[in-house]
Amino acid sequence: MKALLLRDLRLAFRSGGGFGLGLAFFFLLSVLVPLGVGPEGGTLGRIAPGILWVGALLACLLSLDRIFALDHEDGSLDLLATAPIPLEAVVAVKAFAHWLVTGLPLTVIAPGLGVFLNLPPGGYQWLVLSLLLGTPALSVIGAFGAAVTVGLRRGGLLLSLLVLPLYVPTLIFGGEVVRRGAENMALATPLALLAAISLGAAALLPFAAASAIRVNLR
Amino acid sequence: MLSLSNLAVARGGVTVLQGLTLTVRPGQALILRGPNGSGKTTLLRTLAGLQPPAEGSFDLPPDSIAYAAHADGLKSTLTVTENLAFWSRIYGGPAVENAIRALDLTQLVRRRAGELSAGQKRRLGLARLLVTGRPAWLLDEPTVSLDVASVALFAGVVRDHLGKGGLAVIATHVDLGLPEATVLDLDPHRARVIQSTGFDEAFA
Repeated sequence: MKALLLRDLRLAFRSGGGFGLGLAFFFLLSVLVPLGVGPEGGTLGRIAPGILWVGALLACLLSLDRIFALDHEDGSLDLLATAPIPLEAVVAVKAFAHWLVTGLPLTVIAPGLGVFLNLPPGGYQWLVLSLLLGTPALSVIGAFGAAVTVGLRRGGLLLSLLVLPLYVPTLIFGGEVVRRGAENMALATPLALLAAISLGAAALLPFAAASAIRVNLR
Repeated sequence: MLSLSNLAVARGGVTVLQGLTLTVRPGQALILRGPNGSGKTTLLRTLAGLQPPAEGSFDLPPDSIAYAAHADGLKSTLTVTENLAFWSRIYGGPAVENAIRALDLTQLVRRRAGELSAGQKRRLGLARLLVTGRPAWLLDEPTVSLDVASVALFAGVVRDHLGKGGLAVIATHVDLGLPEATVLDLDPHRARVIQSTGFDEAFA
């Protein structure tokens, strides 16, 4: 399993691996939104939590179809399915690798981009914490979506349509944590729910995704 | 040991082969022959556990097989050694040096898989079989894009494998010169397609 994780990370950092695509998107969005909205009346600071979370979510979405589609194209998915590691573990490892190359870097650069968006000072720590707790759910749910659409040519659009509704709870609670943090309100409830979504998704979805892959490989 | 009893396999819900009953002992190779579309790949995928049999059953433990499909499962941005080392670690199999030597890849170890020719890629894909350490090889047209010398090299690798008590099921039209190879012609086992004679008999 460690071998699979190392291989996926290595592939992501080699040419054409797609590392940095999501980050660049997140950066561009956070630079362009202030220019579009303008500086008046504290509007920017008020919408900053939502913009940052929507940006992180869309950045995650960009690289989802690579999780299984590339392995399916070159035949490695067939070989992985007949390899000694269970397919559930393959899904979990690949989702974790996806989080390491998208979710984690997004979390790290988010505070810097919060400055562009004039995020109130109280919000920064909660922005980092909410992304740290919420982005694993984005990767795992995305891996499930990628597993369902794995056999389809150009399945990217269908994948987005499938996955976006499932991302909504994560977005709502994640944005809420940052907003409440920025306004110095109590935020234990949305934070707990955000963590619950991530843990629940990580516990259950690898099994669903593995079944979907088995059906798609037939 | 591999034994099939009255096995039928289906592709896309349509049965393509039926009534397959046979036994392959360790050290033996089973050669599958049949025209395109006769179900060679479907049979191999069923034996690999990628799809359930349509009928009947077969006895081949899932942890004994190594499957080599049409696609080699290579990552073009990884080098030859990295590609092999990955599969070796996944299977907990033997080190990659023997496999590299056996398929004459020594000159290419630092090259990326994307820079190899079709035949070299194929040799790399076949070298993967050696690092799995699995006894039962399921090979789907293994000699495609190999030149004459490479085919002979590969035949030697298969002979070695059989000599060590392994078994192999090979879909191929090339004569690999294997001793103790059973040739299974799939044509008599093809599922009968119901011939439509039109609607006339309904009105007769």
